[in-house]
Amino acid sequence: MIPSAFDYVAPETLDDAVRALADAGDDAKIIAGGQSLTPVLRLRMNDPSVVIDLGRIPALRGVRDDGDALVIGAMTTHHDILHEPLVREHALLIAEATATIADPQIRHRGTFGGSLAHADPAGDLLASALALGAEMTIAGPNGRRQVAAAEFFEDLFTTSLQPDEILVDIRVPKHSGWTAHYEKFNRTAQAWSIVAVAAAVRVDGGAIAEARVALTNMASVPVRARGVEEALVGRAADAATIRDAAERAAEGTSPAVDGNADADFRSHLARVLTSRAVTAAAGV
Amino acid sequence: MRITVDVDGTRYSDEVEPRMLLVHYLRDQLGKVGTVSGCDTSNCGACTVHLDGRSVKSCSVLAVQADGHEVTTVEGLAQDGTLHPVQEAFHECHALQCGYCTPGMIMQSIDLLEENPDPDEQQVREGLEGNLCRCTGYQNIVKAVQSAAGTMREGSAPQAGGAR
Ligand SMILES: Cc1cc2nc3c(=O)[nH]c(=O)nc-3n(C[C@H](O)[C@H](O)[C@H](O)COP(=O)(O)OP(=O)(O)OC[C@H]3O[C@@H](n4cnc5c(N)ncnc54)[C@H](O)[C@@H]3O)c2cc1C
Ligand code: FES
Ligand code: FES
Repeated sequence: MIPSAFDYVAPETLDDAVRALADAGDDAKIIAGGQSLTPVLRLRMNDPSVVIDLGRIPALRGVRDDGDALVIGAMTTHHDILHEPLVREHALLIAEATATIADPQIRHRGTFGGSLAHADPAGDLLASALALGAEMTIAGPNGRRQVAAAEFFEDLFTTSLQPDEILVDIRVPKHSGWTAHYEKFNRTAQAWSIVAVAAAVRVDGGAIAEARVALTNMASVPVRARGVEEALVGRAADAATIRDAAERAAEGTSPAVDGNADADFRSHLARVLTSRAVTAAAGV
Repeated sequence: MRITVDVDGTRYSDEVEPRMLLVHYLRDQLGKVGTVSGCDTSNCGACTVHLDGRSVKSCSVLAVQADGHEVTTVEGLAQDGTLHPVQEAFHECHALQCGYCTPGMIMQSIDLLEENPDPDEQQVREGLEGNLCRCTGYQNIVKAVQSAAGTMREGSAPQAGGAR
């Protein structure tokens, strides 16, 4: 199908985009990479009167080193993230999760900010952003504000972004020297996660000094597996520690029931995938 | 809205509706029916073209987003009647049955070989993850890509497929 008719604006600065969005009212939609929005428009699940394209604002693209954090522009594509050495070095978990998204064509267009703003519970970047304590910079008619990942994701497909706001960049505290792995369970023909686990650890002298673990698609929003983290930190980085910690993976989650899996199966997957993710991350 | 797009080396300037998808612009407005559309969900990859030298699904890009950019379709690959090595290899290895997925497979294979000139079987399969084939079982497609990789590494063939 073809989308219903809309007007199109392609501002060249962020200020112009914020203004265009305010002028257009509630019925406007931002387009970033368009890899989620275009299918939605084609299926006519949404029919905005105005589409505002962020694709012609160079300042929203790229990754910058900002001392103790990386600042990732919202319009940085999945492909660019994968080819950015700074991300590998300081936020390996994000690179690992990005590599599992969709396919090369979609990674060429889809963006980091678009994935977070879209907030699909099966989206692969939400858990990594949460695990690493990312902070979103949001611009609106009244200026800018910062929102921590833990507050940003409110519900499925719902974030704290207001209709007149734009996600500008994502500040990711550096996790240099950490190792990481993203373990996901999906159907072969569809890369969307049924469940996935994002794990980053810092191993020091054979013990797990720090750990961050977050789950994809175990609730309407990404969730930190705090029980797992607690059970890992300060223990030997070995199979027994990981096995015991992974048992706690489904604690406090509320997995959905859908055509792919029921809640029990999702909880089982969370435990198994946590064990695999931490094992790979810790190099055990 | 008026857009100007370079497609297969020719500059076109056209009035289009903002909701027009790039695949429809190519097919319906420019008559470049070599690029096909196979789904409504951005899954099949049949519509793959290169936008500024990178593979994209042309059903998931608005024509207005391509304004001022360069598009290469399967129709722009052959140079003076000589097929691109990947086209030649698909022919030689019989990497198709109905042929519907072929334009997209060829465009994605070229992208994959630019990123990795010597892929192993697994890497070919992963590089073609976004392209579905209902007929072949992929076996001969993988063979064709590896065969083309060999030809292209020898450097005996003309380079095409769009600038980076
Ligand atoms: C076949 C297919 C398979 C996929 N598989 C996966 C997968 O396995 N894992 C995965 O994580 N993702 C997957 N995706 C989604 C892909 O990662 C998208 O790129 C991503 O979800 C959206 O990013 P985008 O830049 O394309 O955003 P768009 O589609 O342009 O926008 C998505 C939504 O976010 C809003 N938005 C975008 N940017 C901003 C901004 N800066 N400020 C405010 N609002 C904004 C838009 O208004 C829109 O509502 C898949 C997509 C397809 C089509
Ligand atoms: S038609 Fe574009 S992916 Fe199927
Ligand atoms: S040859 Fe028929 S779909 Fe691939």
